[in-house]
Amino acid sequence: MYSEKVKEHFQNPRNMGELPDADAIGKTGNPVCGDLIWIYIKVKDDVIVDIGFKTFGCAAAIATSSMLTELAKGKTLKEALKITRAEIAESLEGLPPIKMHCSNLAADGLHKAIEEYLRKTGRSIEDL
Amino acid sequence: MVERVNLNHAAGNPVDKRVLEGMLPYFQEFYGNPSSVHIAGQHAAKALANARMQIVNLVGADVKDRIVFTSGATEANNLALIGFAYRNRQKGNHIITSQVEHLSILNPLKFLVKQGFEVTHVPVDEYGIIKLEALKEAITDKTILFSIQHANNEVGSIQPIREVAGIAADAKVPLHVDAVASAGQIPIDVSDLGVSLMTLSSNDLYGPKGVGALVVRRGTSIQPILLGGGQEMGLRSGTENVSGIVGMGLAAEITGRELEANIRHFTRLRDRLIKAVTSKMEYTYLNGHPTHRLPNNANIRFSFVEGEAITLHLSFQGFLVATSSACTSRTLEASHVLLSMGVDEAEAHGALQLTLGRDNTESHIDHFTEVLPPIIQRLREMSPLYPPS
Repeated sequence: MYSEKVKEHFQNPRNMGELPDADAIGKTGNPVCGDLIWIYIKVKDDVIVDIGFKTFGCAAAIATSSMLTELAKGKTLKEALKITRAEIAESLEGLPPIKMHCSNLAADGLHKAIEEYLRKTGRSIEDL
Repeated sequence: MVERVNLNHAAGNPVDKRVLEGMLPYFQEFYGNPSSVHIAGQHAAKALANARMQIVNLVGADVKDRIVFTSGATEANNLALIGFAYRNRQKGNHIITSQVEHLSILNPLKFLVKQGFEVTHVPVDEYGIIKLEALKEAITDKTILFSIQHANNEVGSIQPIREVAGIAADAKVPLHVDAVASAGQIPIDVSDLGVSLMTLSSNDLYGPKGVGALVVRRGTSIQPILLGGGQEMGLRSGTENVSGIVGMGLAAEITGRELEANIRHFTRLRDRLIKAVTSKMEYTYLNGHPTHRLPNNANIRFSFVEGEAITLHLSFQGFLVATSSACTSRTLEASHVLLSMGVDEAEAHGALQLTLGRDNTESHIDHFTEVLPPIIQRLREMSPLYPPS
């Protein structure tokens, strides 16, 4: 049911773990639904220089978290905000339809992390 | 290639070799239709009669009881509930069941509610055992049927079916027992218990899939839900699946003969498995009753992690297991059995259902209990819920 790429990211997740010196954390999901994703970012000159995640959830939740961190690392905040759920799913060679909505939450987590970072620095998305 | 170890026998069993051998002549040599008067038909009819006796013997029924073969346990449960309810509608419209029944009980009952019946789902305790006081209190003068499982397929708890049968007898209400999970695992005696209807599945006895049976005790009236040529004593029309029924009968006979030895084998492996898994890891709990449980079932939950992820990691290492996690269900809903037992929704995601089979050995268990802890640890390190604050 899962693509080889999903299985590969599930078994060898990239950027797994919290960043102790993170500038912001974006939390999304709900353990009752079986998915909880926390995205940690370290930002320098509005570029994501480091990123990490912690995820409670199924293989799709873990693989999408891992893929998101790969896609976002090194991007400017403005570029990173453009990463969509669909792009993550495509980069993973697709997700089972039933998993598209419930487990594919990593992009939302990143958005929340960026919003928190901007709030901390006294800005908003429009300022980027 | 990694050796495959099946710890998911509740989902499917291989057909016993002796059963398969017994079935094979009925595909080509003895292919007659049991309804035919000629010699080929009568040979098939004799095979059906023999299979009925094999079922009678497995569950302690009487030769006068009707054994109705169906396409499986789901059909047998539908026939028991809908067939009984429609036939006995003039006596009342209330049926009592439990919260932890199989979906092939709960969904036909939902259908009956739409037809004007009333259903009470009796609650269970933290071990998934039905609350007998609540069962008694649920009885009204409109109650026509109890439908209570013998044992729970998911968490393995064995219901106090003798006490349930006693309550049913006192209230003069017939009792239907879904014995799919328990038949072939623990002794069953319908005569001794005073059960009116009992559902059985062939594959759970190591017979072929696609066959089941409903035991209809003498004096119990039901009406058919499949109409046609009137086969199976008018209760289940359609040309009989002779080879499958021969297989189920043979599987029942072998299972009955080897029951004691299998109980010892399964109990030893199960206890070894539960002890090793729950002692090697923290935040790890047994679901279901610690002693009143099926010899082949261990349902264990691991806090802070999700079951599908565990299942997939185990699958990469050759272990076939099932999870109660909502993430693997068609509806994405958490297990109604675990929720009824009071397990919190987030915790219900981390449950593994391990069901042993005749092919499992001690070394399978030992290998499994070595492979599992690093998988759980890795997923916990990845989980924002761990370590708990």
